[in-house]
Amino acid sequence: MEYRIGLAQYAPRLGEVDGNLELARGWMRRATGEGAQLVAFPELALSGYLLSDLVPEVAMRADDPRLAALSRDAPGVVLAIGFVEETNAHRFCNSAALLRDGELIGLHRKVYLPTYGMFDEGRFTRAGDRIRTHAVGEPLGSIGVSICEDFWHASLPMLQALDGASLLVNLAAGPARAPGSSAGLAAIAGWHKMQDTYALLGTVAVAFCNRVGNEEGLTFWGGSRLLGADGSTIAEGPLYEEALVVGSIDTDDLRMQRYGLPLLSDERVELVRRELDRIIAERAGLPSPPGEGEA
Amino acid sequence: MSAPLPEIDAPSALEVITAFIRSQAEQTGFQRLVVGLSGGVDSATVAFLAARAIGADNVLAVRMPYRSSSPNSEADAMRVVNALGCRTERVDITPMVDPMLALISGDDEAALRVRRGNVMARQRMIVLYDRSAAFDALVVGTSNKTEALLGYGTLYGDMASALAPIGDLYKSQLRAVADALGVPEEILAKPPSADLWPDQTDEAELGASYDDLDRLLYALVDRRWSVERCVAAGLDAELVAWVVQRVARNEFKRQTPPVAKVSLRTPGVDHLYPRRRPGSRRRS
Repeated sequence: MEYRIGLAQYAPRLGEVDGNLELARGWMRRATGEGAQLVAFPELALSGYLLSDLVPEVAMRADDPRLAALSRDAPGVVLAIGFVEETNAHRFCNSAALLRDGELIGLHRKVYLPTYGMFDEGRFTRAGDRIRTHAVGEPLGSIGVSICEDFWHASLPMLQALDGASLLVNLAAGPARAPGSSAGLAAIAGWHKMQDTYALLGTVAVAFCNRVGNEEGLTFWGGSRLLGADGSTIAEGPLYEEALVVGSIDTDDLRMQRYGLPLLSDERVELVRRELDRIIAERAGLPSPPGEGEA
Repeated sequence: MSAPLPEIDAPSALEVITAFIRSQAEQTGFQRLVVGLSGGVDSATVAFLAARAIGADNVLAVRMPYRSSSPNSEADAMRVVNALGCRTERVDITPMVDPMLALISGDDEAALRVRRGNVMARQRMIVLYDRSAAFDALVVGTSNKTEALLGYGTLYGDMASALAPIGDLYKSQLRAVADALGVPEEILAKPPSADLWPDQTDEAELGASYDDLDRLLYALVDRRWSVERCVAAGLDAELVAWVVQRVARNEFKRQTPPVAKVSLRTPGVDHLYPRRRPGSRRRS
């Protein structure tokens, strides 16, 4: 069964929440006009990326009526949108809300906050500590949502695939850098390899929505992609330009891919957990868990 | 294991830099740019980039010769102006600089040269900022990454600007970008010079070729190689030591002045905002 996905690859305005809600509404209408059943927006689509101490000024609760109102304007459509979330305990997170018909049906708080090189996220936002999938109904069943750097850690997409996701949605704000080699931008090549690999090894469809535009010296490169569960490219956005990227994934293809390549069902999660327990203990300098040395 | 020159994918770099210039103009509310055009490859490239980003009509190229400047420099500057069709002005800095130079004396001729060069560079920046106010424009910087890392420039002179479009391009990468932009061959071919005194060339003054300096800086800075690894890769040990010291010694030129922290929140230390935020744009 075909399922149509729209990736809104545009440039949010830094710090302008109300303006960004209107921008998002415009892209959402374009996407639903092209039949999209799920619309993905970039990371921090409602605030812009390079926030520093603007974080508390642009933060909103996950149940903010403005988010619900945006979603109600697209009946039956699933939205995945990035924003700065303030929790009840005033914890500020880089989050993605999954919404449908005005209801919050899922929430992901960025787990891996890059705080190195040009990135300073951990200084201004707190990391999420849950990796979940979210039920969105047939034909997808459930999907996994992640934010940018989360995808540079194989643990997260693999956990979501093992947890039953048929589609991984990654919302990103990827800055261009290392335009060194003649192969183009090194970071882009890295992203492509990752996405292809997760689709293939996780036998999941992958939707990557990356913003464009400039903030200070950073240029966001776009190049959003939709991949089938066999790693094939279904749709791809241009570099640096705003675009609506629309394509359909086929859940029948996913079904036969998983029958022919049963990687997920062959995965030995109990063995993985045993080895992880051992590694965790050893990294912490604790005695190894029982069972070591048995044959 | 050799030390390669930094490569560049010129089309990607052009996309990124022109979008950067456009967004800086947009975010500050200025629609025009001013660039000091020397006739060298750096300022020529910046003029081409500026014209590509916001249109030649919105670019003012200011030629600011001193009486000892090479006439060839001005001819090359005019090649850029003619190729782009941008606006241009000529401001002779001689009558502004000479009274100040008359006050400068000392026994050390090399030190005097540097001081005189600094006066000229700072005078040019006074002119450029004055023209920017009259033309309602931002001053575009023309310092490249090689110069910035070596501190080969005058603080509040040629190193001053509102935005630095080629500040992350090594000289050798810049040449590739200039070539892709169509900067005239005569400018690409000639030896780089600050033209502060007759027959000055950058490479003679620095004591090494830009290619060697770029190989070395790319290894040290971008790839974080140790001194030992640079030398093992065939880079001249004396040059490596000299560059390492020079990069460190000139760190102060690349940073905003430190503020003595007294209060709970200090600008630049823990009062941290992007330049671009609601209310930061000029009312146009």
